[in-house]
Amino acid sequence: MIHFVVLISRQGKVRLTKWYSPYSQKERTKVIRELSGMILARGPKLCNFVEWKGYKVVYRRYASLYFCMCIDADDNELEILEIIHHFVEILDRYFGSVCELDLIFNFHKAYYILDEILIAGELQEPSKKTVARLIAAQDALVETAKEQASSISNMIAQATK
Amino acid sequence: MAGGSSSSSSSSSTGPSLVDSLFQRSLDDLIKSLRSQPVGAEPALLSRALAEIRREIRSPDPDTKAVALQKLTYLSSIHGLDASWAAFHALELLPSPSPLHKRLAYLAASLSFHPSTTDVLPLATHQLRKDLSPSSPPNFSSLALHLLSLSASPDLARHLAPDILPLLSPRASSTTTNTKNNNNNSSPLRPKAAVATLHALSLCPDVVPLLVKPLVDCLSSPDPRVVSAAVGAFAELVSATDPSPYLPLAPEFYRLLTDSRNNWVLIKLLKIFARLAPLEPRLAARLVDPLCDLIRRSSAQSLVLECVRTLFSGFPDHDRALRLAVDKVKEFLTNDDDPNLRYLGLRALTILGPRNSWGVVESRDSVIQSLADPDPNIRHEALRLIMGMVFDTNVVEISVMLVNYAMKSDPVFANEMLDAVLTTCGRNVYELIVDFDWYVSLLGEMARNPHCAKGEEIERQLVDIGLRVRDARPELVRVARDLLIDPALLGNPFLWRILSAAAWVSGEYVEFSTNWLELVEALLQPRTSLLPPLVRAVYIQAVFKVLAFCFSSYIDQLEASQVSSLGHSTTVGGSTIECNAASANCLSDDITGTESADGFATADKPASLLSLLEKKDPFFTRESLKRILYLIETAVGPLSENDDVEVQERARNVLGLIHMLQEIPAWKTEEEGFKKDKDNGVGKIMNLMQAMFSEEIGPVSVNAQKRVPVPEGLVLEENLSDLAMILTEGDIAPSMSISFTLRSHQHMETKDEAAPSVQSTYLLAEHRKRHGLYYLPAEKDETELNDFPRAYDPLLPVSHSDATEDLVKLTEQSLIPRKVKHTKPRPIVLKMDEGDGVLPSALTTVKESKDDMLSGAIHEVLLGNEGKPSSSQKGSSNKSSGRRMKGVSDNSESVPQSKENLDLGDRENRSSSSRRSQHRSHGKGRHRSSQNNEEKEEKSHRNSTRSGHHHERHEHRQRGETPLNAVPQAPAIQDLLL
Repeated sequence: MIHFVVLISRQGKVRLTKWYSPYSQKERTKVIRELSGMILARGPKLCNFVEWKGYKVVYRRYASLYFCMCIDADDNELEILEIIHHFVEILDRYFGSVCELDLIFNFHKAYYILDEILIAGELQEPSKKTVARLIAAQDALVETAKEQASSISNMIAQATK
Repeated sequence: MAGGSSSSSSSSSTGPSLVDSLFQRSLDDLIKSLRSQPVGAEPALLSRALAEIRREIRSPDPDTKAVALQKLTYLSSIHGLDASWAAFHALELLPSPSPLHKRLAYLAASLSFHPSTTDVLPLATHQLRKDLSPSSPPNFSSLALHLLSLSASPDLARHLAPDILPLLSPRASSTTTNTKNNNNNSSPLRPKAAVATLHALSLCPDVVPLLVKPLVDCLSSPDPRVVSAAVGAFAELVSATDPSPYLPLAPEFYRLLTDSRNNWVLIKLLKIFARLAPLEPRLAARLVDPLCDLIRRSSAQSLVLECVRTLFSGFPDHDRALRLAVDKVKEFLTNDDDPNLRYLGLRALTILGPRNSWGVVESRDSVIQSLADPDPNIRHEALRLIMGMVFDTNVVEISVMLVNYAMKSDPVFANEMLDAVLTTCGRNVYELIVDFDWYVSLLGEMARNPHCAKGEEIERQLVDIGLRVRDARPELVRVARDLLIDPALLGNPFLWRILSAAAWVSGEYVEFSTNWLELVEALLQPRTSLLPPLVRAVYIQAVFKVLAFCFSSYIDQLEASQVSSLGHSTTVGGSTIECNAASANCLSDDITGTESADGFATADKPASLLSLLEKKDPFFTRESLKRILYLIETAVGPLSENDDVEVQERARNVLGLIHMLQEIPAWKTEEEGFKKDKDNGVGKIMNLMQAMFSEEIGPVSVNAQKRVPVPEGLVLEENLSDLAMILTEGDIAPSMSISFTLRSHQHMETKDEAAPSVQSTYLLAEHRKRHGLYYLPAEKDETELNDFPRAYDPLLPVSHSDATEDLVKLTEQSLIPRKVKHTKPRPIVLKMDEGDGVLPSALTTVKESKDDMLSGAIHEVLLGNEGKPSSSQKGSSNKSSGRRMKGVSDNSESVPQSKENLDLGDRENRSSSSRRSQHRSHGKGRHRSSQNNEEKEEKSHRNSTRSGHHHERHEHRQRGETPLNAVPQAPAIQDLLL
């Protein structure tokens, strides 16, 4: 299974972290520090796998972002590369040619998308269309709720004046 | 709202206020301010934002709370701030009817909740149950399932398992599809429920009876996503625990393997089969063809890779399939464009292992080229693969190749290679090494590597070989000499440890040296001032030993010449060389006699010394001794004032000896007088000195401490007798003291029945058998088992006989050839006992009790519980029998019982093997018919899928139940697989 997903920028800034195995906050910080040191140091045209404490970290760079996933020693590295690519394609489709800033300002949406693709460290939805549809449906739900809420809060705000 | 404003007026600094709500910064504001901040101001900004959030999050207004929570989630996941304090606030927001808030709350919860440290987690139970219920919107259930699969504690999983159940079953999914109006046939929740089930199962095995059957049903769902999720769940279960309980599902997996076109699913299935195939040989036979088909026709590299791995790990006997897989790996290895494939190819070959080393031999060129790959990870894998293929027949070639290559490689990898060679060759007291002369000179060569940073290990091995291998000593001394006389090496701090070993070796085994003057000069050369004090002290001590040796052998020489002068009545004026030769001749008979009789064990120092005199003609003259003395005096003299005590002390020792010698008047006179004096002057001193060093230093066993007999007054069993009292009183759960008494109990055994309290040990063993769960796992036994002699042959690795020939070919063709063929036998390597080397690796570790419970429970569900011990029984019986192994000597009464236990555990294995033999005797006819059966069944199954949902479900239920009935004699797997 996938133990965690980390997105790191080329400057070493964290853009997204998702943990499927229990790590304390301290461990999380340490893991990210170690991994970013290891992965950012690797040059281009090298293989996409790093061994790390008995696990394997599969990473792939898209533009300025490194997508890293940590897996068990007997998991299939190429499969994970495909999952990463899958994730990137869905992000791209959702944001319309995604860039780092999209992920920075919509970090929770990136999480929702990731949650539709992976659950508990397993791939759950191999169809890009389905993910897009599910996310869109959720967004629509949230939007209507937001409209209602904003109208109510407007009313309250007016009432308190 | 009035209350809100009053609270803000009363405590404006801490309490949330309306102002906070109205002028709250949104997440975007926060992110923008963080991005626009100057470098270095981040911590201050973060702490300010955190203070703000702490205030806002306590607001009664859900919007404010939600935004605060969102900001905190951002800070915790991106900036690594601790968010565990806000767990309760996330919980507060969970019941919100607004999907926006709910989603945020679940996100915050899933990112910050930790199953073991979040203490408010039980408070979420009710809300989760509510959201999981079929009446709530599927979005909410999905969020709840996510949280459940990420941060559930065992308790939470146990309480909510019944609530997952309806989501997992197809019936509930049909109702939710009605509400959701999805055109898909099944609910989107079912796959999520399957994964959440996996999590619940692995957390608490109690829920197995409830959840496993529905999960099995998921395998036959028409919805590919449900199947995919269920297969994924089973793949995790199979790889995490004992795979044997899942064997009855093999037909189902096999059907999916042949039907499915989804690569993700196929990869998971292959993972499952990789674990199941070793348990059931017939399974392997059935799987070979589909796997080969997949390798041939699939375009997805990930799937091909998985096939290759499965074949390598689970099908070591199917040559045809292995050949196909090896060919595929060769393609991977020669793929210049894709480093990933090269890396994975090497890793796959590592799996193939020594048993099928031909696969490695065939791709030897690519493997060796990979040592020069630009990617350090690939180089590392290649090295690991090569080191896994080392046997005593090719160790020379491979080591020479690596050490030579290390000269050209970059420093990091060079040391990696040196380390690999050192560890492999030193493994298990040098079990691979036959020719120690070669190995010692290889160690010397390693020291010449400019990048060498392995000084410590080389030092250890040089000294260790000196202690253990008598035959290697002459070569060792020669290598040490070469290292010592090179002034260039003294400047490299990494080599100091090696030089220290070289100095020690040439001092301790000085009799094998050929040129003592040269040795003393090397040990005292001016550049030794570069050495650290401790190494210098070793140098001076070595000088001391050389000095003592030179003098005593000079005296022996004189003595011998006297003897010979008596025997042959030669004149004193005759040349010393003749005297030497003569004396050697007359003594040689004795020496060869003793050596041939008892080997090296009896050949003590004077004897070997004289044999050397015979061979090498050391030719000590008074002048040479004088020169040595002078040299030592001038070089060591200044060191008597050295700052370091070690150096100073040893320098003074040496100087003291020299002064003592020079005070003896005989020294001043001619050789003649010296000879006469030898009985009462120099000779006495030198004999004393020589005696001081003549005691041979040997290796010390790691178990030496255990052999020391326990002194009379020492009571080691006190706790144990206490325990006996407790145990006779009644059935009290063992407390902390047990683990302590356990140790003394083991200790007692190591002393070979010296312990009197057999009674209490027996009671303890009995108790352990009954309450195995409460005892520490038996893994610690590994160390104790050292005391039993193992069936162990130091020369032959288990399966190298077939592999060696191939690898010799490998190394002869592609590696540097050996110059000399060594035909002499391996010298004796002194070993203290079997436990001296590495721990035996054959011992399998005992599984964790939880895993045992899980697999046991699943076994019950899938196979029924007749004929098998229940999970806990099985676990404890295995454990107790494992522990009994060492208790056997103490309590013979319990032995039969333990055997019974073992038998119980083995029963299944044996029955399966007997079944196998039966099958073989039936021959081909039955095989064909059963195959027909299987085809028929598959056909009928396809019909049923076509004929509709309801019918199909019925069929599957039937299928699910068949294993239950057919368990004890032959599990259902037989019908489908024969």
